[in-house]
Amino acid sequence: MKQEFKIIADLIEKNKRVLDVGCGDGTLIEFLKQNKEVDARGIEILKNNVQKSISKGLIVIEGDAEKELFQFPNKSFDYVILSQTLQAFVNPEIVINELLRIGKKAIVTIPNFGYWKVRLDLLIKGTMPVTKNLPDEWYNTPNIHMCTIKDFFNFCKHRNIKLDKSLAFHDKRTSAINSNNLNLKNLSAELGIFLIEK
Amino acid sequence: MNNTNNIKKIIVDKPLKLDCGKIINNFPIAYETYGSLNDKKDNAILIFHALTGDQFVSGINPITKKDGWWSYAVGPNKAIDTNKYFIICANVIGGCMGSYGPSDIDPKSNKILGTNFPVITINDMVNAQYNLLDFFKIKKLFCVTGGSMGGMQVLQFVANFPDKAKIAIPIACTASHSAQNIAFNELGRQSIMADTNWSNGNYSNEKSNPDKGLSVARMAAHITYLSKNGLQEKFGRKLQERDDLKFSFDADFQIESYLRYQGSVFVDRFDANSYLYITRAMDYFDLIKQYGGNLSKAFTNTKTKFFIISFTSDWLYPTSENKDIVIALNAIGANVGFVEIESDKGHDSFLLNVPKFLETMKNYINASYIKD
Repeated sequence: MKQEFKIIADLIEKNKRVLDVGCGDGTLIEFLKQNKEVDARGIEILKNNVQKSISKGLIVIEGDAEKELFQFPNKSFDYVILSQTLQAFVNPEIVINELLRIGKKAIVTIPNFGYWKVRLDLLIKGTMPVTKNLPDEWYNTPNIHMCTIKDFFNFCKHRNIKLDKSLAFHDKRTSAINSNNLNLKNLSAELGIFLIEK
Repeated sequence: MNNTNNIKKIIVDKPLKLDCGKIINNFPIAYETYGSLNDKKDNAILIFHALTGDQFVSGINPITKKDGWWSYAVGPNKAIDTNKYFIICANVIGGCMGSYGPSDIDPKSNKILGTNFPVITINDMVNAQYNLLDFFKIKKLFCVTGGSMGGMQVLQFVANFPDKAKIAIPIACTASHSAQNIAFNELGRQSIMADTNWSNGNYSNEKSNPDKGLSVARMAAHITYLSKNGLQEKFGRKLQERDDLKFSFDADFQIESYLRYQGSVFVDRFDANSYLYITRAMDYFDLIKQYGGNLSKAFTNTKTKFFIISFTSDWLYPTSENKDIVIALNAIGANVGFVEIESDKGHDSFLLNVPKFLETMKNYINASYIKD
């Protein structure tokens, strides 16, 4: 069980309606159903993953989140989750807007490109960073819109998106991000976890 | 036609008002069952058959002596497990395997009903089969499922009876028959009607059935059930038991011989008038129009859990049309899963040995049965 999923679960109240966008093989949905008794759905682009989810009896539809979120009505979910997928979209801003349209709240997690190891990689080696969270090379990575914790934080401010919770995750620990410690957290955290609403 | 004396039947004494306005009484529904109903009566699965199917889903069909039409999916330990579930399948009204249809004898004239049989719809078929729930004293089915026209019946069933099935699995179908679907069906009907033996539907003598017309209809339809790649891979330009072209209109190519064979075996088991009536029912199927242009409204009152399946190479009921059903269900926050299965076997994929499909369906059904 990924530590990240436990942090996401802690942000969610019991018995709510949840949509996991890019739900993979359904691990998070299953975890949330068991621990938070939520009514959880998923949308996933890879057939194999959809088949795995369906086989577990989970409610998952095959589809491209970039094009197919339109089918969900406004505020039809209490929470919409996007776990480490934002950077793979052609147009992340449209996706964020869709998450906030269909969800009362959204939980977005991002691999932090501002993490010091990532910065050092580029500084010392002069090559695109390859890390545990970002294991692909520049030529085959699905991650086409990398951002930092600071980027996402500022994006929300500029777009009047309310940051209910901003968490930095590093070395199995989470800590709160605020305007004062933003630069520090942007350097020290591997992952940013945000609970947002509009 | 078929010797249907040894077929299980119920006689429905409740009058049924058809969409055409006519009321039918005391009509037979032929059915078959597999597995056994448990004490809680919560393990029943109603399967709806497609255009040329019948109630003999699995095992050996006692009339044709061939494997049941869904033998790959239904049987002990299979996707629809007869060891666990009680499976019911009925012949649709309009059919020719024992249910009320155009080959029934009109007692007044002692001839077949032929075109005096009323035009029926998918809605009529579903309402007629609903009587089986009363017969078996089943309050709520565990599952309704079927492919193609069977899938259309699944959709209609849930729309008509929103609290009578726990899960619904419509496969390779549509909520509204497209112009292309209607066009292919019309081609088949015209082929039958162009056969002089058809005689406006009043054939009844074994020797004068419109076999030519019916077999051409079947040949044309069969092409629509396969994919271009599937055909190319299986037949290509291979010749039929000859080394070279014969410069004639014999079946030089294997694909020609195959289609002729498919046509010829079909006429032994299927009634031409039934083909007319059932294709008409499919063409009239438009659940979107039935619910005022909004498919979501067909399902507003249901708690039934849907799982919709389409196939990549199915161009007759393509993924996009299956997805429209998913979209309509999501629009009202209904419970819906969806997957498109990779297969080059075309529309027929749901009837064939497509392991990913069978495995996914099996796991979904079993997981849904365990949960609550």
